[in-house]
Amino acid sequence: MNQPAKKQIHLAAHFPGVNNTTVWSDPASGSHIEFSSFEHFARSAERGLFDFLFLAEGLRLREQGGKIYDLDVMGRPDNVSILQAMAAVTSHVGLAGTVNSTFNEPLDVARKLASLDFLSGGRAAWNVVTSWDEFTGENFRRGGYLPKEKRYLRAKEMLDVAKQLWDTDGGEFDIHTDQFDITGRFPLPRSPQGHPVIIQAGDSEEGREFAAESADAIFTRHAEKQAGMEFYADVKARLAKFGRREEDLKILPAATFVLGDTEDEAAENARQVQYQQVSPATAIAFAEQVWNRDLSDVDPDGPVPSFDPVTENDVDSGQHFSKGRASVRQYRDPVATAQEWRELGEAKGWSLREVVIAKNGRHTFVGTPQRVADTIDDFVQSNASDGFVLVPHITPGGMDPFVDQVVPLLQEKGSFRTSYEGTTLRENLGLAPARALSQS
Amino acid sequence: MTFHLAVALHDTGWHPAAPPGDVLDPDFWVSQVQEAERGLATLVTLEDGFARRGLDSVLIALRAGPATSHVGVVPTVVATHTEPFHVSTQIATLDWVTAGRAGERIKVSADPAEAALFGRRDPNSETRETLFDEAADHVEVQRRLWDSWEDDAEIRDAATNRFVDREKLHYIDFVGSHFAVRGPSITPRPPQGQPIVTALAHVDTAYRLAARCADLVFTTPDGVGRDGPTGDAATTLRGVRSAEAEIGRDRPTQVLGDLIVFLDDDATAASTRWTRLDGERTLRSDADVFAGTVDQLATKLEGWAAAGLDGARLRPAVAEHDLPRITRDLAPELARRGLTRTAYEADTLRGLLGLEKPADRYAGVQ
Repeated sequence: MNQPAKKQIHLAAHFPGVNNTTVWSDPASGSHIEFSSFEHFARSAERGLFDFLFLAEGLRLREQGGKIYDLDVMGRPDNVSILQAMAAVTSHVGLAGTVNSTFNEPLDVARKLASLDFLSGGRAAWNVVTSWDEFTGENFRRGGYLPKEKRYLRAKEMLDVAKQLWDTDGGEFDIHTDQFDITGRFPLPRSPQGHPVIIQAGDSEEGREFAAESADAIFTRHAEKQAGMEFYADVKARLAKFGRREEDLKILPAATFVLGDTEDEAAENARQVQYQQVSPATAIAFAEQVWNRDLSDVDPDGPVPSFDPVTENDVDSGQHFSKGRASVRQYRDPVATAQEWRELGEAKGWSLREVVIAKNGRHTFVGTPQRVADTIDDFVQSNASDGFVLVPHITPGGMDPFVDQVVPLLQEKGSFRTSYEGTTLRENLGLAPARALSQS
Repeated sequence: MTFHLAVALHDTGWHPAAPPGDVLDPDFWVSQVQEAERGLATLVTLEDGFARRGLDSVLIALRAGPATSHVGVVPTVVATHTEPFHVSTQIATLDWVTAGRAGERIKVSADPAEAALFGRRDPNSETRETLFDEAADHVEVQRRLWDSWEDDAEIRDAATNRFVDREKLHYIDFVGSHFAVRGPSITPRPPQGQPIVTALAHVDTAYRLAARCADLVFTTPDGVGRDGPTGDAATTLRGVRSAEAEIGRDRPTQVLGDLIVFLDDDATAASTRWTRLDGERTLRSDADVFAGTVDQLATKLEGWAAAGLDGARLRPAVAEHDLPRITRDLAPELARRGLTRTAYEADTLRGLLGLEKPADRYAGVQ
């Protein structure tokens, strides 16, 4: 086998999510729930030789001001279920999804993911997350409340216990931890990958340690080169102390893209997409997430509100104006955020909507296919990442322009595969076989 | 009325000495579900339980669903150890993937070993009555969640920038003794509106569960339940109907009789095969066991139809031998006798069962 001369890029395709990045008002926007859309998306990802496709998860419809949030695409299938169905219409692309550790039990999750791994010939991947909020918990037996300090504990134990169950190879287990007391026999032998590929998302100190110790891939927000290189160096340096090699953890920032035949055309396309993504009503809704109150009487085409946000009932209280939306947590100091928005609006002469677009609507890659391919390759060759999780804005065909126009250019550079190297996702990601815990 | 032919898939067959096969390979399952479709079966059920060896049946159904086009796909769900919210979205997803061919078989678990796999509840504190009550609540929550999005909730209204009309999304606010669920679902209403819920019942408590929450009941004529012999086909049917009367159900369930089958060209060969396998491991079964010819079985099933059963769910004793006999020999014979369909007449499981898509319980409710 010829060793590729250049570092190889790993790509994942993010099924458009239930947020304002996903444009539903475009004539090209199809169903977000019919299987034909998932089939189209999965086949596109496989045609583009992507390592895997990915689906995020949400277990309660979002609310704002006590009402169901109605401006974004919403309605989604059960993740592992739809991944399994996509396995029926593909043969190589990896199948990754978020599965919550708070509202599931390890035996059930481990059995489902092992089943997915068997029934896809070794293509399963799991992004393990926790919820802490009572809001989501209202849909579940547990009732939902998990103290904040137990969030990572629950996720770590869930993952650790799942690995122990897989490693029984269909044998006996007797496990007692803070969160779990379980005994019996695991119903399945080790699946084709041993362990499904484990994904972790999060940039915090705890998240970085967790990923370095036990994940195969980490999703990040660091899609700017300098920040990416710092993050990359930091996380890769942590691997040695866990007895792992640098190539054992893939760092994959999320990235959006807008293409055009010329740079000007791409910029104009990007501007149009931004205005689709931030409708007047969405601009008000975003401002309400900062101001933590109703702003329905504010004009989105007028200036940023001059009054300060409500600071009681912050996001940790469970009483915030916006519920079920993790991104609200980024506004740690809403008064300062509001001031920053006002200053930006005044300096540029921008309306509230234009400020929201500037703050939330930036695309990672805008340009000709050649420009985008050059940027991605440079990013990866500079060790700012190992590849990207690409987030298209149209369902189901949003990945197609990238697959048709950018992938061939990456292949020409010798940075991206021209056929799948292996049969399992682990093999395609260049990961070592899963180690049984007893050997680690 | 069409007499329904259903097939129950379980490992490599229902006899414990059925030769091993590659039950971890997707093709093993896909080919069997396709074989059932070849026999124009109304539906295929898939056994499951957390304490048994094998793959998750909901995922087997999702793997086989896209590889078939007409047969109903009915995995098993253990109510006792699952979240009704998750099961509701999983079955709704199966219904979306198959464009309206999803069902589920709901069951309870009183097995302490199965409870220990989860470590969340004390099996000694539960009775069969409370477990069945919980299962009925589980299905009620699933059904409310399926209805929690009205069919036309998605509006994509450019004028107001709204993707959905939130007046058509509904909180279900279920509060029971085991759990409370707020809703709405995260998954839009599935194509059938309400996927088909089934239950296997041998005894009165199970007949009552079925009467409360199922569309379709599997009974075991001439079989054995917890309380002893179940009685003949007519007796099991009366058991279901009296449970329905007891709880005041207006629309009767459809009732299919279960039967393990050994099918061969002559009756002696079939019973010899049974005896030979029993020599390795004895078959103990809740359902009656039939060993004989296609002609004999067709006559027996005519008797069930005459007794008022809506169909039969056949359990192949050895899948690789008896399943093709059911689909390629028995099914055409039943059709020839005018008992079963000669071609699929509908694209959804509800359609095959002659059931309309039900109105949404929340339609018009503010």
